Amino acid sequence: MTVWIDAIIQGVLVGGLYALFAMGLSLMFGIMRLVNVAHGDVVILMSFIGLMAVEKLGLQPFTAMAVVVPVALCIGYALQRGILNFTISKDPLPSLIVTFGISIVIQNLLLEFFSADTRAINSGGLESQSIAISDNLAAGVLPLIVFGSAVLLTIGLQWLFGNTSMGRAFRATSDDHGAAALMGINNAHIYALATAIAIGILGIAGIFHGMRTTFAPTDGPAQLIYAFEAVIIGGLGSFWGTLAGGVLLGIAQSIGARLDPGWGVLVGHVMFVAVLLFKPNGFFPKTR
Amino acid sequence: MSQLLSTHGLKAWYGDFQALFGIDFEIRPQEIVAIIGANGAGKSTFLKAITGVLSADAESVRFKGQPIGGRRPHRVVADGIAMVPEGRRLFPSLSVEENLRMGAYTKRPGPWTLEKIYGLFPVLKEKRKAPGTALSGGQQQMVAIGRALMSNPELLICDEISLGLAPAVIKEIYVALAEIARNGLTAIVVEQDVYTAQRVSQRLYCFQEGRVSLRGNSSDLTHEQISHAYFGV
Repeated sequence: MTVWIDAIIQGVLVGGLYALFAMGLSLMFGIMRLVNVAHGDVVILMSFIGLMAVEKLGLQPFTAMAVVVPVALCIGYALQRGILNFTISKDPLPSLIVTFGISIVIQNLLLEFFSADTRAINSGGLESQSIAISDNLAAGVLPLIVFGSAVLLTIGLQWLFGNTSMGRAFRATSDDHGAAALMGINNAHIYALATAIAIGILGIAGIFHGMRTTFAPTDGPAQLIYAFEAVIIGGLGSFWGTLAGGVLLGIAQSIGARLDPGWGVLVGHVMFVAVLLFKPNGFFPKTR
Repeated sequence: MSQLLSTHGLKAWYGDFQALFGIDFEIRPQEIVAIIGANGAGKSTFLKAITGVLSADAESVRFKGQPIGGRRPHRVVADGIAMVPEGRRLFPSLSVEENLRMGAYTKRPGPWTLEKIYGLFPVLKEKRKAPGTALSGGQQQMVAIGRALMSNPELLICDEISLGLAPAVIKEIYVALAEIARNGLTAIVVEQDVYTAQRVSQRLYCFQEGRVSLRGNSSDLTHEQISHAYFGV
């Protein structure tokens, strides 16, 4: 019995990381109907930028976030304003092709600069610390921090969307970008702000990813799949849904891994397919 | 400089299809000008060319003496031209109040506030938490008008605001518009209903196949003149 409770706890905690990967994807799709195929590669890019900040600047990982997140925000804004805005149209194909291209470019640039070696961000022993819940149960400190960050970011994004002028502009642009322009909204700028936030979140997620596990330049597509699955399982349009989607995916993977060490990722995919089949709008779609 | 907005030989295209063939139009401050015409006469195209949704030669649209043709829509709003779009186009995921607040996005200074809008349309205050699209057609139109006013425009453009509404509701909307006009608003009103257009406006333009087929003081124009200009027969 304890084994399964432990599986669920670990699954919930890893789900927080998947949710961090997924939020930006959900945000960009929600506002621009843009599917960023390079999202997973940006996670890895941020892990490498975080690694540089830790190794070359000698920062602690959490201090490094204060450097990496602003860089990520700028990269996001520039990426949208400079490239992706030109791909947005009723036809989803141009943005898919362009972000696919960006994915390949990022992977190859990372290979060029960092080689194919597997790296990790040194968290100063944090990755091995844990808090005992009972005699047989424990939760890692780092996974708890990651999960807590995901919850805080969800609350923050939900507040931003619900209570600020920028959030209203995001929702209005998502509803009807033509009418939004008639209100004085510069769509190009709003889209760029959305991508800046999406990539900014990956600044945090990338460093957490690098602290939790090892990473290499071509790891991006796997992270993209997890992010996709979390978004679809949760249902589009709600950040709480995305968090729940990440958690459900994490639990499925964790339980799968207890059944057989090789089944973790597979059980996650199977659950994703089951959700697509039986609940194609996800568990928490936003209803209008 | 007596005109607030004027167009000079304004032409507009949808791709290779030319929809406007040189429109000369003017509106002076505190004037209400109606544009009438059959479907496809170019009324909505004309509004799109003014508000920057369609591209136009810079010099072919002048607002307060400045050439604004082809300026992007969000800039035109900031300049002081607000649009009540055809079909209202409220934001479905925003509440009534949030829809109204969207109108104030440019933060243009001026007399219009949420309170003033609620004073003009009291029913909106009761429904301010409701989703914009959960209202009746007439109430939605009030939100659309209120939203446009929230940008404190110098020129208000109303595109077919009576479309699909009951006659009693249309009357109510135009009573409100007349009240707004008393405070010195300048407005272009596009209407399919010739009688309403003639009644609410001081001057009137009739469009036909992308050209102005008739212009004049609304009260001077006869039904024969208008039906000739409207149908071309």
